[in-house]
Amino acid sequence: MVSSVTNLGRRGLYDWLVQRFSAVILASYCFCLLGSFVVHPDMDYLQWKALFDSNTMRIYSLITLLSLCAHAWVGMWIISTDYLTPMLLGNRATFVRLFCQVGSAILIAIYLIWGVQILWGN
Amino acid sequence: MLVSIYRYNPETDDKPVMQDIEVEIPQDQDLMVLDVLELVKEIDPTVSYRRSCREGVCGSDGMNINGTNGLACITPLSEVVKPGKKLILRPLPGLPVVRDLVIDMSLFYQQFEKIKPYLIDSNPAPAIERLQSPEDRKKLDGLYECILCACCSTNCPSYWWNPDKFIGPAGLLQAYRFLADSRDTAATERLANLNDPFSVFRCRGIMNCTAVCPKGLNPTRAIGHIRSMLIQKGS
Ligand code: SF4
Ligand code: SF4
Ligand code: FES
Repeated sequence: MVSSVTNLGRRGLYDWLVQRFSAVILASYCFCLLGSFVVHPDMDYLQWKALFDSNTMRIYSLITLLSLCAHAWVGMWIISTDYLTPMLLGNRATFVRLFCQVGSAILIAIYLIWGVQILWGN
Repeated sequence: MLVSIYRYNPETDDKPVMQDIEVEIPQDQDLMVLDVLELVKEIDPTVSYRRSCREGVCGSDGMNINGTNGLACITPLSEVVKPGKKLILRPLPGLPVVRDLVIDMSLFYQQFEKIKPYLIDSNPAPAIERLQSPEDRKKLDGLYECILCACCSTNCPSYWWNPDKFIGPAGLLQAYRFLADSRDTAATERLANLNDPFSVFRCRGIMNCTAVCPKGLNPTRAIGHIRSMLIQKGS
């Protein structure tokens, strides 16, 4: 069992499932949005705004946003542990990897807060 | 025929070079790549490679032949080089080179060791032997035949990036071989040992391993079975 490398005690299966489930939600959201464009080919700003005024759409969007964040975090974590290794970077690897991971986490958190503000703002 | 061979002695050379050697190939014969290497060795005895059985059983002459991993002894020349073209031989990629085509397999064996490649049976030993029904025995087909040549693991990008953490296709095929064995009683512990973000889950399912296995085995499928077992245990 591999437990080092900023693993944060996570389990492989858990990450794997998070990625699969979030991907399904993201895909369904894309289809719903595309579908609404097909149903209303001449959608204008007011209709678009009305769509996002309903709480159902807001909650669906929030779930999608959370999925996107989870998906991005697992993905960025995997990419950083695949490519930012001591094999490639020598002793600096742990520092560079941590830097990228913290950077991703902060960015993801900012996007999440910003997204919520957009959904529930005016 | 021109044979281009990777030459490197880490003790004396700064970096590897490709050496071209002209070899006389007997007419109207389809030699195996290993036969060509033997001819090369007659010309330049310092060329180093591993070999033993020369019939695809021992797994010692895995190498990269014109860009594809395979066993030199069972790879016919006609399959890898077009007439008039060069035969290009390199060591298996991703592991340290000891000399020329000989690689250091320590990491590969360490990953194999991690999966406890032996039967664990907590039941008291029977008087004669542990029996297995023909149906249960059949479940091991396509798993036990692995000769640990490392062609698959050294063809796997995930293994190149994390050779110390990702078990790799060869080790995982054997992990499943013991998970699937009706006589083994340690499935729970075996699975618990694999459920981290690296050991199994670095597999991206691109089947590079299956594409090159000289024994025609399918590590990707075995890894899929392990994943399903983990999901069943986890839920
Ligand atoms: S299927 Fe998995 S183990 Fe096989 S080469 Fe691809 S990533 Fe590696
Ligand atoms: S699975 Fe195939 S390629 Fe991999 S080590 Fe075993 S025999 Fe070699
Ligand atoms: S020499 Fe034994 S497998 Fe090729």
